[in-house]
Amino acid sequence: MNSDTKINITIDGRKLAVPKGTTIMDAAEKIGVHIPRLCYHPDLSLQGSCRVCIVEVKDMNFYMASCSVQVWENMEVKTNTPEIRQARRDIVELLLENHPRDCQTCERDGNCELQNLAYSMGVRERLFEGERKMFPLEESGRSVVRNSDKCILCGRCVRVCAEIQGVHNLSQQYRGFKTVVTPAHGANMDDSVCIQCGQCINVCPTASFLEKRSTEDVWEAIADPGKFVVVQTAPSIRAAIGEGFGFPVGTPATGKMITALRRLGVDAVFDTNIGADLTIVEEANELIRRINGGGVLPMLTSCSPGWINFMEKFYPELIPNASTCRSPMTMLSVLLKTYYAEKTGRRPEDIYVVAIMPCVAKKYEIRRPEHFLDKHIPYTDTVLTTRELIWMIKCYGIDFTILPDGQFDEPLGIATGAGDIFGTTGGVMEASLRTASELITGKSSEKLEFTEVRAVEGLREAEVVIGDITLNVGVANGLVNAKELLDKVVRNEKKFHVIEIMACPGGCIGGGGQPYPPQGYKILDPALLAARAKALYSIDSQKPIRRSHKNPVIQVLYDEYLTKPGSEKAHELLHTHYESKQPRGIR
Amino acid sequence: MSAKTDNLKEVEARSKAALPQDIVDWIGECKKRPHPESQLISTLHKVQGHYGYLAKEQMDAVAQLMQIPASKVTGVATFYHFFRLHPRGQFIINVCLGTACYVKGADRVVEKLKLELGIDFGETTKDGLFSLEASRCLGTCGLAPVVMIGDDVHGGVTPDKVPALLETYINKARSLRKQSR
Repeated sequence: MNSDTKINITIDGRKLAVPKGTTIMDAAEKIGVHIPRLCYHPDLSLQGSCRVCIVEVKDMNFYMASCSVQVWENMEVKTNTPEIRQARRDIVELLLENHPRDCQTCERDGNCELQNLAYSMGVRERLFEGERKMFPLEESGRSVVRNSDKCILCGRCVRVCAEIQGVHNLSQQYRGFKTVVTPAHGANMDDSVCIQCGQCINVCPTASFLEKRSTEDVWEAIADPGKFVVVQTAPSIRAAIGEGFGFPVGTPATGKMITALRRLGVDAVFDTNIGADLTIVEEANELIRRINGGGVLPMLTSCSPGWINFMEKFYPELIPNASTCRSPMTMLSVLLKTYYAEKTGRRPEDIYVVAIMPCVAKKYEIRRPEHFLDKHIPYTDTVLTTRELIWMIKCYGIDFTILPDGQFDEPLGIATGAGDIFGTTGGVMEASLRTASELITGKSSEKLEFTEVRAVEGLREAEVVIGDITLNVGVANGLVNAKELLDKVVRNEKKFHVIEIMACPGGCIGGGGQPYPPQGYKILDPALLAARAKALYSIDSQKPIRRSHKNPVIQVLYDEYLTKPGSEKAHELLHTHYESKQPRGIR
Repeated sequence: MSAKTDNLKEVEARSKAALPQDIVDWIGECKKRPHPESQLISTLHKVQGHYGYLAKEQMDAVAQLMQIPASKVTGVATFYHFFRLHPRGQFIINVCLGTACYVKGADRVVEKLKLELGIDFGETTKDGLFSLEASRCLGTCGLAPVVMIGDDVHGGVTPDKVPALLETYINKARSLRKQSR
C-alpha cells in the first residue's frame, strides 16, 4: 500500500476518505470538527499525555487519543457524545484540581489555554478536592522564571527545547505525583545548558514559564525625576505589538508605539534600527576584512543573544568565527551612554536605557560583564518584552487604537529599511548584502532585495554573486536548523563565507518575548510569522533609504565620533568577545 | 585552541577523572556499538555500584562521555526508585513494617530510631554512619519486630533497646576506622 491509499471512515455520522496515515484529529479537522487538545502541537512530536482529545471509536472498549491514533478502514468515530464530553470535562477538572486557584493574579489570566479549555469544556464547579503539588518558585535566573505549581505536564516545553532548539535542557524529573519539569539537577536556567531563548514560555499553555518581569523597574525609573529615561524598540516589536490591541496580525504600528511610549512618560524614544545599521556597517567591513585578509571564515552573525549563548555552550570551537560586533541593541545603548550623553550634557549614570525586545535572552545579555561602561554602569538598564510593554500600555489606560503616529527622537532619528528587516529570518544577511555589495564592488548597486536568503522554511543555503566574488551564504532560524549548518562547518563539508543564525523560529518575530498568538493562530504558526515578516518588509519597502551605510546619521556618527568602521574607537565601543561557558551542551 | 574557545578536551578529561577507569572503558565499549544511549541505565547501575549513589558530578560525567543530554540522565536517575541520589550511611538500618512486626510495635521502634538518629526514612545521618529505610517483610516474622542493621538481623527490638543497639554500631565504626589507620 502506498501513501495515496484512501481510507474510508465515518466521523460523527459523516463519511469521508482520507489518506492512509492520517490521525483521527486531522481527519476530523477536514470536516470542520475541532477536537479540543492540550499537549498536542503540530510541529512537535506526539506525546498523547493530556488525554483531552479523546474520542469514541466503535468496537473499542476505551476512548482513544485522536491526536495519536491513525484511521483504519471503516473506522467509526464519535467526537461529541455526552459521555465523551463528560470524560473530557473530568480530565480537565482533574488537571485544574492539581493547579493553583489563582487565575485573578496570574499573568496569563485571559490568555491561558487551560482556563480557556475549562471554560469551553463547561467546567462550572469544582467537584474534586485532593493533595496539590507544591514546588518552590524558581526565579533566580536572569531571563526565565519557572513556576512548576502551574505545570500540567503536557511536555510541550520539553519538546520545543529538544526538537526545535536542540538544547535538551528541560526534562521531566522524578515520577508520579512528584513529576516536575526542570533542567538537569533541578538547576536554574542560568546554571544549566539553557540558552534563554524563551520558547518554553511561548509554548506553555499556562504560566509555568514566564519572562522575569522588569515592568516595576521601568515604572520606578519613569517616576524618578533624576533619571532621563530613554527607550529603544527593536524592529520586530512594531510588527507584533498591534496584536495586543486587537489589530489584525501583520499590522505595522511604529507610530502608535512611539506615541504610547511617550504617554507612558519616557523622555526619548529611539529606534534599535540605528544600532542595526551600525551593526551592518561594522559587520560588512569585518566580513570584507576576513575575506581579503585570510581571516576565519565563515563569519557567523552575532545579533541573536540566544544563539550566542548556544554557541558558547554547544559550539565553543566556533567562537573565532562569530562576528565580534555587539548586538544592535547593545550598540545603540553604548551610543546612548557615550555619544548621546556627551552631546546632551548628561552623565551616563543618569540616563536609564530601556530596550523593548521580542526576546527574553536580551534580559540575560544586558547583564553580561562585557556590556558595562567602566565595569559598573550597564549600557542597557532594563529589557522589556513585547508582552510586558503591551501590559504596561494597558495598565496605564492608553487607548492604543486611536493614538496618533509619533516620530523617533533626534539625533539618531533616521534608520534605514535594512534595519527593519533584522527582525525576520534572513534579514541581517539581506541587510549585510545590500551594504557589502556596494563596498566590495565600490560601485552603487541596483539590487536591493535578496529574496534567496529569506529562510522562511527555517534553513537556506544560497550563492550570492557580488562583482567577481561568489559568496556562499547560509541562513538558519531555530537551533536544530542551525546545527545542520554548523555541523557542516565543523566537519569542513562546505566552505561558507557567512552564516546568519537566529535562535528563534522565524527570527525575532517569533521570539520568546512576543505576544501569545491571537485567536485563530497556533503557537509558532507559520502564517502568523509570515504576517509579522510581511509587516517588516512593507515598512522596509516604504523607507527612502534602504542601505545601512547610506544612512546620514551613521555617516555623522563616524565623522563626529567613531572615525571609521573597524577603527580603534569603534572596536572599543561596538565590539565584544565571547568565551566557552559551562555546562557544555550535548549536541 | 584555548579552553576559552574549544573546551571539549578539558570537559572530557574532567569527566573521565570523575569516574573509575572500568566505567570509562565500559562507556567506550558502548560507543563502539549502535545505540550507545540504550546503555544509559546499565551505566548508571555501574556508577551506583561503585559509589553507592549517583552524585551530580558522576551523572554529568556520564552525560558528557555518552553524549546524552544531562537532563535525560537525571530524568532517568530520578525516575527509578532503585537509583539513589544521596550517599547512604555506612550502616543501613532496615526496619520491617510487615504485618507481624507492625502489630508487635515496629511503629514505636521507628519513632525511637527517628528520634535517636534525627532523620526520616530515606535520609542519612550527618556523620554518614546510618541510613534509615523500611521493608515490607524480611521473612523472619517469628522474631518480630525485626530491625536489620547492615547484614545483621536483630529480633525482638523494643524502643528502649534502640540506643544500646545503635551504640554497638558506633563503636564498630570507630574500631573499623582505627584498623584502617
